[in-house]
Amino acid sequence: MTTLPEWVTPNRAIIAILVLFLFVPLLVLLAPATTNIYEQMSWNRRKSFALCAFFVILIFILALLFEEVAPGARIIALPLAIIFATLGPLVGYYNSDKIILKMSAARPATREEHLFLQNTVEGLAIAAGIPTPKLYVIEDTAPNAFATGRNPEHGVIAVTTGLLQKLNRREIEGVLAHEMSHIKNYDTLLGSLAVVLVGVVALLSDWMLRNFWRTSRGRRRAGRSGGRGGQAQAIVLVLAIIMAILAPIIAQLLRLAVSRRRELLADAHGAFLTRYPDGLASALEKLDADTEPLEVANKSTAHLYIVNPLREHAGLLNNLFSTHPSTRERIAALRAM
Amino acid sequence: MGMIALIIFVVFVLYIVLAYNRLITLRNRIKNAWAQIDVQLKRRYDLIPNLVETVKGYAKHEREVFEKVTEARARAIGAASVKDQGQAENQLTGALKTLFAVAESYPELKANQNFMMLQEELAGTEGKIAYARQFYNDNVMQYNILREKFPTNIIAGMFNFVPQDMFEITVPAEREAVKVKFD
Repeated sequence: MTTLPEWVTPNRAIIAILVLFLFVPLLVLLAPATTNIYEQMSWNRRKSFALCAFFVILIFILALLFEEVAPGARIIALPLAIIFATLGPLVGYYNSDKIILKMSAARPATREEHLFLQNTVEGLAIAAGIPTPKLYVIEDTAPNAFATGRNPEHGVIAVTTGLLQKLNRREIEGVLAHEMSHIKNYDTLLGSLAVVLVGVVALLSDWMLRNFWRTSRGRRRAGRSGGRGGQAQAIVLVLAIIMAILAPIIAQLLRLAVSRRRELLADAHGAFLTRYPDGLASALEKLDADTEPLEVANKSTAHLYIVNPLREHAGLLNNLFSTHPSTRERIAALRAM
Repeated sequence: MGMIALIIFVVFVLYIVLAYNRLITLRNRIKNAWAQIDVQLKRRYDLIPNLVETVKGYAKHEREVFEKVTEARARAIGAASVKDQGQAENQLTGALKTLFAVAESYPELKANQNFMMLQEELAGTEGKIAYARQFYNDNVMQYNILREKFPTNIIAGMFNFVPQDMFEITVPAEREAVKVKFD
């Protein structure tokens, strides 16, 4: 029996295996979405589960990588990873809606103040056959809207005051119908989970990277005792850093792949609910023409909104990282109905 | 040989059970959707006396209009068949239109908070009635398609699943009215 090379440690072997395992949920997540609304619901639930699995594996990989950089850190890193891996999906499932509403500075809409809004949402909920979602308002002149909630029973729709001022009733109804379909399809479950889980990964990688720089600098100073072991060590360190940089990017790309197609689907189903595609189409035209960015939105919540709230300029890179299909494309699809 | 026959039989029975349950689910959904329409219609009936009272406070002399609305409401509530109710509903919608047209000539009434709220609620309720009917029709269509499709049609025939009627939607004028122009 040949002995394994010195640099193959159990820790590194486990990391390799985990990286391989990462591909299972990744494939589920990247599988193309169906165009059938009824299949879409079970797809979203499956993808949400895959996202949680992806998150858990990624957390453990990060923890083991930490051990590579700072030997002995396992004693703290592993229990921490277990806590994160358990709490992440749980908090994501039960509290993402509250976290997102808080992040967006949304307040509950009162019936007296927004009678038309409330009545329209109630009507659309009847048309969609789901419980009436709760209504929230964001004080901001940029017109936009999003939906969240883990299932239709916990659905929430938030609209900005700018949307209420700049759009007419038919257009508002179109926007609400779009959000209603997100809730009915369970798009909101996947989208909201992504906000929390991707956020945690990004935070952790950020924190790890900062630690890496510190330890690597310290080690370089401590001794230049070269040799093969030292070289392998350096390679692993570089890989760990690359992984820490890549993790949030992978997570980000994932979220985009997941969210772009469903905008088109929600448009189509929203139009089916109101039986008036032109309402949503002209709403999108107005939203597209408005160039004011939404203050309370950021990279982690951008994919939830009906149109990209960050108002980035179009370009190759932005196209690749865009959370939304081009609005012109969506309008054309609606006008053709 | 006997084993294969048994398996085929079990699959066959299982299929019948599943198809039967699916039909039952859809039929109950239709019933529920119908009840939804009634809930919204009742809400509309409940709003009308309030509205009439509010308008009366400002436009005492329009007795004729009030009577028409009240009468149409009573007829709609008392309607025995779906067809009668549909007719009475149309009459009521017409009467309410006259009421709102009358209200136009009373600026003080138009500015009244209570009146504005009732008008909004009524419009909202009418929207909900339309959506409830649409939901009902969607469900009826799903049910009817399944009922007529082969081979579910055999099971539907065996257990006497009758076809359900769609609700004839008289297209509300507002559906066509608003057309935003862009140049």
